[in-house]
Amino acid sequence: MNTTRMVMKNTLRHPLRNILTVLGIAIAVSAFGLLRTVLTSWDAGIEAGSVERLVTRDAVSFIFPLPLAYADKIEKTEGIEKLCYLNWFGGVYKEPANFFPRMACQPERIFEVYPEYQVTDQEREAFIKERNACVIGESIAEQFKIKVGDIMTIEGDIYPGKWDFVVRGIYKRRDQNTDGTQMFFSWVYLNERLLQESPARANKIGWVVTKLKPRTNSAEVSKAIDNQFLNSSAETKSETERAFNQSFFDAYSAIFTAIRIMSILIIGIILMVLGNTMIMSTRERTREYAMLKALGFRGNHLVAFIAGESIVIAFIGAIIGVGMLYVMVIIFGAFVPKQYFPVFFIAPSTYIIAFSSALLLGGLASVLPVVHNTKIQIVEGLRFNG
Amino acid sequence: MNIPFYYIFKNFFARKLTASITIIGVALVVFVFAAVLMMAYGVEKALIATGSDDNAIITRKGSNNEISSIIDLATANELSTLQGIAKDAQGKPVMSNEVATVINLIKKSGGMSNVSVRGVSPQVFTLRPNVKLVEGVWFRSGAREIVVGKQANARFNGAGLGDKVKFGGDFWTIVGVMEAGGSAFDTEMWGDVEQLRGAYKRDAYSSITFRFTSKDELDVMKSKMASDPRLNQMEVEIERTFFEKQAAGLALFLRILGLVITVIFSVGAMIGAMITMYTSVANRTMEIGTLRALGFHRSSVLFAFLFESLMLSFVGGLIGLVLASGLTFFSISTMNFSSFSELAFSFALSPMIVILSLGFAVLMGFVGGVLPSIRASGMKIVDSLRGA
Repeated sequence: MNTTRMVMKNTLRHPLRNILTVLGIAIAVSAFGLLRTVLTSWDAGIEAGSVERLVTRDAVSFIFPLPLAYADKIEKTEGIEKLCYLNWFGGVYKEPANFFPRMACQPERIFEVYPEYQVTDQEREAFIKERNACVIGESIAEQFKIKVGDIMTIEGDIYPGKWDFVVRGIYKRRDQNTDGTQMFFSWVYLNERLLQESPARANKIGWVVTKLKPRTNSAEVSKAIDNQFLNSSAETKSETERAFNQSFFDAYSAIFTAIRIMSILIIGIILMVLGNTMIMSTRERTREYAMLKALGFRGNHLVAFIAGESIVIAFIGAIIGVGMLYVMVIIFGAFVPKQYFPVFFIAPSTYIIAFSSALLLGGLASVLPVVHNTKIQIVEGLRFNG
Repeated sequence: MNIPFYYIFKNFFARKLTASITIIGVALVVFVFAAVLMMAYGVEKALIATGSDDNAIITRKGSNNEISSIIDLATANELSTLQGIAKDAQGKPVMSNEVATVINLIKKSGGMSNVSVRGVSPQVFTLRPNVKLVEGVWFRSGAREIVVGKQANARFNGAGLGDKVKFGGDFWTIVGVMEAGGSAFDTEMWGDVEQLRGAYKRDAYSSITFRFTSKDELDVMKSKMASDPRLNQMEVEIERTFFEKQAAGLALFLRILGLVITVIFSVGAMIGAMITMYTSVANRTMEIGTLRALGFHRSSVLFAFLFESLMLSFVGGLIGLVLASGLTFFSISTMNFSSFSELAFSFALSPMIVILSLGFAVLMGFVGGVLPSIRASGMKIVDSLRGA
């Protein structure tokens, strides 16, 4: 009888126990994969930030606005192709829980700076022409069942009052990692009302997004922009969009660490379920292994039998687990509102890590039984009474 | 007739290794379960401690936090004349006009976060007696000086005593460190409100907090504000309720995350318990036959095995809980998305969390043990005596 056959036969000896073990591993692998997908999706949100765009904001915090005049000065800086300024609007759409980014922008420029938000020429023109028009992302349109022509009323907080916007476009996402949850409307519309209601707050912009000319050094341009406003009452900080996104996520690093620790604990669970099974199985077979040794099988054979069985179980568990993960991600994506995870898909690295760690754990779980059974004296093993 | 407890207990030691692996599995799950609940409770505890039941806070309607709230000076003046605001011994109203903003600072653990900078009025120390100076001196009202909360002091670069922080077009010297009993103020920086307002060139406050004379007067004040066209843009709320609400988002997020993960985790632990119990039953087939032949009833056998499983998981639950309670010595900090600023909080244990965790452990033991126990009790005496 060759080794492979022996491993297979042993694996099928306790169908119930091994099915349970496989199931346990499958669940743990899928949970591990789900946690990793949460992390990689957030990472994808950061990666979606381009390194060919710069974000210029107030150096102290992004909640402080910049003077409107800054936009012209920034535009004249060497290395810049286009820019668009935006204001964070905030506010509440129907209920406070309905959070998604709402921003005032320059309608004629926004889609040039952000080509990954795709609108038709018709939508774009309507957006530019109509003062109180807005364009929303397809994920938001889907979630709140909004169509072109609808009126969206936002209750302002940073900018008090009721604000009505007509939906004139729904942008499509160009890439898998493009955010489909944003809402854009005209900065001029916002500013006109501010001029009437609180003139001191008018003519201010939140931040400026600039598209760099190809092959420009982003660090140098950033420095050139910031130097213009040194020692003014509103100093600026410019960085690539990716670095800007990263700084938002950094603030939540404690939560990411917690998720990472949990995903490591899950690996511990896999090891325990599988290790438990292997210890029990080999304990029952102590006499058999002694017999095999008496027949002339060597320690290496025992290692192959035990580790082989453990790895086979882990491998089957990993295959089923990854299958379950695939289904879980689809369900998760369907139920969790898009604004928490604008991007949600399984990264290829997750498959690789899930499989390789399951196999590695398969080997690891067999260490104790292997050591025990190779060390035990033949006579002692034959006398063993489980 | 019941099987002696001693028999059940002895089985623990007969199979030390598998029994302890099962216990560790349950302990791990309970640890994670308790830790996440303790985190969520810690967030709530910190923010509940921030607000007082004796104070009320006025913000603009519709603003979800102080940063986005605006109260212009004229309105603030009018508000300060309203009935219902308590006065101190000198007859001054016990109230603090405040300006709330955030500034970016680099965390010592890496990465950037928002630290709240709060401008306060001189009366604030009567209003919030729980805030105490632990090092240095208080800021002077005419100077660009600030006092930093001890959590912000410990966690951020450039937030030490004597450091200068740049914002509002000027440098501000940190002259003291304050302590506020684990509340959100521990992660804030405080300075003179008029200094901050001047630096930001703002003709408005963010919020007004005051001690109210009585609940009844507060209600009168509310209706008075609602009927005044200038004041009905504003909202008055008990301070504790206001801050408590800022915990809701983060606490809910942590709870959902924790529950989803622990439910999946627990399936793994239950399967582990099930495997152990099935094997335990299979290895003891002869023993079960003997017990039955001695006259023990089927239900006694069922109970014995189920009890064994429950005991394994209960011990696991206890160990997990003991490990988790060690976390109460640690505090962590993260951005609270409701207030858009950093919040430091400790893991906090409550009786409810203890009950939930142990209940969860016992449930895992029950689900893992019930099928194997039924199999054990269902065996025929003759078959089982003949061996597996």
